Amino acid sequence: MSDAPAITVSCRVNGTPAELHGHPMDRLLDVLRLELRLTGSKEGCGEGECGACSIMIDGQLVNSCLVPLLHAQGTSITTIEGVAEGDRLHAVQEAFIAHGGAQCGICTPGMVLAAITLLERTPEPSLDDIRTALAGNLCRCTGYTRIFEAVLQACRSMPRSGA
Amino acid sequence: MPEHATVRSVRSFLPEFDLHAPANLTDALETLAREPGQWRLFAGGTDLMVLLEAGKLPAGRYLSLWGLSELRGIEITDDEIVLGALTTYADVMGSEALQAECPLVCRAAAETGGVATQNRGTIGGNIANASPAADTPPALLVYDADVDLVSVRGVRRVAYDRFHLGYKQMDLAPDELVQSVRLARGRGGWLHAWRKVGTRRAQAISKLCFASAIDLTGTAVRDIRVALGSVAPTVVRAAHAEAAIRGRAITHETIAASCAALARDIAPIDDLRSTAQYRLRVARNLLEEFLSSAVA
Repeated sequence: MSDAPAITVSCRVNGTPAELHGHPMDRLLDVLRLELRLTGSKEGCGEGECGACSIMIDGQLVNSCLVPLLHAQGTSITTIEGVAEGDRLHAVQEAFIAHGGAQCGICTPGMVLAAITLLERTPEPSLDDIRTALAGNLCRCTGYTRIFEAVLQACRSMPRSGA
Repeated sequence: MPEHATVRSVRSFLPEFDLHAPANLTDALETLAREPGQWRLFAGGTDLMVLLEAGKLPAGRYLSLWGLSELRGIEITDDEIVLGALTTYADVMGSEALQAECPLVCRAAAETGGVATQNRGTIGGNIANASPAADTPPALLVYDADVDLVSVRGVRRVAYDRFHLGYKQMDLAPDELVQSVRLARGRGGWLHAWRKVGTRRAQAISKLCFASAIDLTGTAVRDIRVALGSVAPTVVRAAHAEAAIRGRAITHETIAASCAALARDIAPIDDLRSTAQYRLRVARNLLEEFLSSAVA
C-alpha cells in the first residue's frame, strides 16, 4: 500500500491548545514525549498492563500507549505535567511525598493521575475502592501500602466543593 | 514534522498503517461497501494497539469507529437492554439497568483490565476481536444476546451463540460491522454466578471464564443458562449441561448428570495458560459449586 499520510491533530494539552503531528496510528504516548517533550508519562510495558503511561483524556484515565494519535483529535488531555498549579502541587502529589508513596518514580505519574480520577469520581473512597482504582497501575518498589496511605490522606486533605 | 518526532519505539513501521475516521456511520458503511475486505475495524484500540507495539498487527487500512456517536449509548426497551457497540466497560459498570438485570455483564466488565482499559475497551470490540478468552461473551450468552450487524444493505440480527463460527471466524460480512448487542430483560430475580479463573486474582487473561444463571422455584430448575470462555475455539453455551438439569429438581444425581454432560459442550486444549484436563475439571467444579449453593 502507499504510505499513510502524516496528520496534524488539534487538541488541548494541560489547558493549552496544541497541534500534534505524526502518523494516525502513532501512539499518543510517543507524540507527547517526543514532540511536546512531556516526558512525565512513561513507557513501562507498552501493552496496557502497567499504567506507567496513564494520562487523562476528557477527564478519563487511559493508557496513552494504547491510544492512536488520531483519537486525540478534539480532546482535552491532562498529563502529570498539568496536575500542579505552578509551584503549588496537587493534594495527591503532596500526600505521595508526605507518605513516601514513590521510590524509583516510574509508576508515580500514572499512580497520581489514577488517584486523582478516583477522587473525582469517589471523594471518600474505601481502601477497596483505592485498590480497585489503582489495579491497572503496577509498582515494583513500594509494595503499594504507602501509595494507598497517600491516597487516603489526599482525600482527607482535598478541599470539598461546597465545604 | 520535527526531526525528533520521528523516533518511535513500536515494533511496527507506522507509515504502513492508515487509520481513517469516517464522518458518520453512513460514511463508514459506504466506505466498507465500496471497498469490501480492504478495511479492518478499529474501536477502542485496547487489543489492536497491543499487537501494533508487538509488530503483530497486519499493515494496511483501518477504519476508526471510535468517533461514531451512532454506536454509543445504552437503550432500554420493554423487553431488551440494547448496548451500542462502542459501549465501554466503564459504561456497562455505570448502568443501573445492567446492574439490576444483567449483573454478570457488569461483573465481567469489572474484571476486564484496570480502569484505563475499562474506559476504552468496548463491548463491540470484545465481540469482534473474537478471542475465545474474552470475558464479556459468556455473560452475554446468559442473557440470550442477539447481535445487530449493520451494512448499507440494512440491519441483520444474529443470535450471539451462532455469531462465532470457529476460532476467530465470525458470521460477519466484509461490509458489515457490529451495531449493537441486545440482552433479554427480566432475569434480575434469577440466581447468578460468575467466575474468572486466571493466574492471579486481577489483571490476568482467563484460564477459564464461567457465567451462569438459574431461574429456581424451591429446588426446581425452571430455566438455566451456562456459558464458558477459554474452553473451546469460541465462547460456548453449555446446552447439554443445561438440558441435563432444566425442568428437574437440583439433587446430587442431577448435579452429577449436568456436570458429566458438560464434557460434550466444551473442547478445552492445552495452551500457554492452562491444560485441557485442568479446564474441564474446573468447569465441572464451578458448575457443581453453583448448583449446590443454589439450594444450600
